[in-house]
Amino acid sequence: MTVTAQPAVGEEALPGATGPTPRRRTGRVRRIALPYLLLLPALLLELLVHLVPMVIGIVMSFKELTQFYIRDWGAAPWAGFDNYSLSVDFDAPVGEALLHSFFVTCAFTVLSVGLCWLLGTVAAVYMQETFRGRGFLRAVFLIPYALPVYAAVITWAFMFQRDNGLVNHVLHDQLGLTDSPSFWLIGDNSFVALLVVSVWKGWPFAFLIVMAGLQNIPKELYEAAAIDGAGMVQQIRRITLPSLRPVNQVLVLVLFLWTFNDFNTPYVLFGQAAPEAADLISIHIYQSSFVTWNFGTGSAMSVMLLLFLLVVTGIYLVLTSRGRRAADV
Amino acid sequence: MRRTRAAAASAVTVSMLAAVTACGGGSSTDGGSNDSPKTLTYWASNQGPSIEADKKILTPELKKFEKDTGIKVKLEVIPWSDLLNRILAATTSGQGPDVLNIGNTWSASLQATGALLPWDAKNFDKIGGKDRFVESALGSAGATGSDPAAVPLYSMAYALYYNKKMFADAGISGPPATWDDLVADGKKISKDGKWALAAEGSNPSENIHHVFVLGKQHGADFFDADGKPDFTSDGAVAAVKQYVDLMAKDKVVAPGNAEYAQNQSLQDFAKDKTAMVLWQTAATTLEAHGMSDDEWGVAPVPVQSGSPGADTAVNSMVAGINLAVFKNTDNIDGALKFVKFMTSDAEQKTLNKTYGSIPPVTAAQEDPAFSTPALKVIRDTLAKSAAPLPQVPNESQFETAVGTAVKELFADAAAGRPVTTASVKEKLSEAQQQMPKK
Repeated sequence: MTVTAQPAVGEEALPGATGPTPRRRTGRVRRIALPYLLLLPALLLELLVHLVPMVIGIVMSFKELTQFYIRDWGAAPWAGFDNYSLSVDFDAPVGEALLHSFFVTCAFTVLSVGLCWLLGTVAAVYMQETFRGRGFLRAVFLIPYALPVYAAVITWAFMFQRDNGLVNHVLHDQLGLTDSPSFWLIGDNSFVALLVVSVWKGWPFAFLIVMAGLQNIPKELYEAAAIDGAGMVQQIRRITLPSLRPVNQVLVLVLFLWTFNDFNTPYVLFGQAAPEAADLISIHIYQSSFVTWNFGTGSAMSVMLLLFLLVVTGIYLVLTSRGRRAADV
Repeated sequence: MRRTRAAAASAVTVSMLAAVTACGGGSSTDGGSNDSPKTLTYWASNQGPSIEADKKILTPELKKFEKDTGIKVKLEVIPWSDLLNRILAATTSGQGPDVLNIGNTWSASLQATGALLPWDAKNFDKIGGKDRFVESALGSAGATGSDPAAVPLYSMAYALYYNKKMFADAGISGPPATWDDLVADGKKISKDGKWALAAEGSNPSENIHHVFVLGKQHGADFFDADGKPDFTSDGAVAAVKQYVDLMAKDKVVAPGNAEYAQNQSLQDFAKDKTAMVLWQTAATTLEAHGMSDDEWGVAPVPVQSGSPGADTAVNSMVAGINLAVFKNTDNIDGALKFVKFMTSDAEQKTLNKTYGSIPPVTAAQEDPAFSTPALKVIRDTLAKSAAPLPQVPNESQFETAVGTAVKELFADAAAGRPVTTASVKEKLSEAQQQMPKK
């Protein structure tokens, strides 16, 4: 698509205007500057809200920032790359714990994003059919997405309690699936608990986006496919999924970034000290900086996380858009 | 385009400067000012059964202060779990309250930030002098050798609360004096869904308090004489192991306690599910859970052998709440007046009575209300056998690091995994290496 600059209506109406008059030039300057002018407030706020803390965070990661300096962190002594080398020394406890937390987060993200996407897509495809109660079900599906995160996660924390929680009541008392009530908020099961809450909270977003994407697929495609003898599975494989590709590309990326960085869910479920099995990187960094007051090390970990996410996002975008271009040809 | 870039660059510079100056904020107003003499903001810690209850208790007192001085106090009660974070944020931004409560174990850590008004002789004179306060309480108000960073407000100590009916049902005549007794009694009680002792296994601070006392009983301090972390000494390992073994080996603590962090222990105690709980001033909360005063008794926390008291054994930390003033307050005179009001004999009596704590002000302690059997145990403990947690700048990190290690060991115990001297030592060694190097 090409955009051709067209003279404004008012200017065209000027009789006998053959060359750019001063008035016209100001008009053009104004026209070119206007979008930038309109963008400026948002840009300034964006800088203030995101870029400035980021720059400060990077500076902090090179400082030896402990409780002695938090009141005036500019005065903290420079640490060079000490904070970084401490964080990546995987033979020492700090680095080892960070690496462990990184792997936990990767496993958690892959599972959570995968399940959210799968559930959301399946639900959205089924919701395409009109049937009685469809509107009601759609509304119900969106409840987790509409609830305030804290309220929802606190409710889950109650349900996961070993002695009085609903989860054990159902699994152990009613269904008899376990020999003894299980712990969900400490120990190894905490990973499962975290995953359940994360998927419960995240899949309605996938559902919403995929549903919107499905609206854009022309019905005629399915009708034509049906006439050619394509079954449901083939229709999904050949029409639905390829048509959803651009939607999915954004959806998976957004879910990945949200899940990888999720702080609220583990914090509300487990408090400041998450169990080892569910020690997500966001809460690990929080603990390194705010709980042990080692802000320099925490910042170094944050910067590395940022770099990692940038690299992954970049690779993902290159790969998916290359795939798309290939598909277009 | 070039113009945009220039605009962006200058925006960054301006906002960076703003941020940097904001961070350095406070330094220009060291010692406070009197720019806003008619109002004060007060952050109170959550002391009672709920935040609402605290507001109800404190509001009439603050009205009294307003009537006396014409200064309006804006009260915010902050849950214990958020308090340290909120203080930290206020310290960094310089946008904090004028007067605030701090846990007395954090005194030295917060003192190191330089955000709190030091209580030198001049400031103490304004609230009636340093010698009005109990010495052990002043000992937990800042690092040794420097002016306190805060003033003691409520004093507390740990005691053993026991459920009289459950003891009688198990045929036990009185509370245990040593840990061996506690375990022996505990084994009689712990059956049919009932348990002997409660623990808040997922609460790092609670863990640290018990482990610190047991450490003292094993001759370990968790910090060496230079203030450097020393978490893996034999005494420290023995202390942590002894505490976790109450669940892992002795089986007198319910495995479910490993995930407790919200004072569920007191509910279990009030509902006759657990017979003993080691707590500071549980009376108000037990009453809120429907337990009357004659249903429970109070005894000193057990020791390894002999009896608690001077020169025998430490059996509690010096627990309590201190009152601090933010150095950059806009109402320094009002803040000092408020501290004077809160630590006055009359207010000390009223507030400590309501919260079931002991006044750190000597004159107020003489009120007969503080001589009930329960409070007498706590008073004696504070006077004879309580020790302050290490008053070192790294104290709050120690609480988290070791407290979390104990939480993980409890999780192992609850899951039936072995808790050995080696596994305890390994966890403590990891905790120590997470401490800042300086």
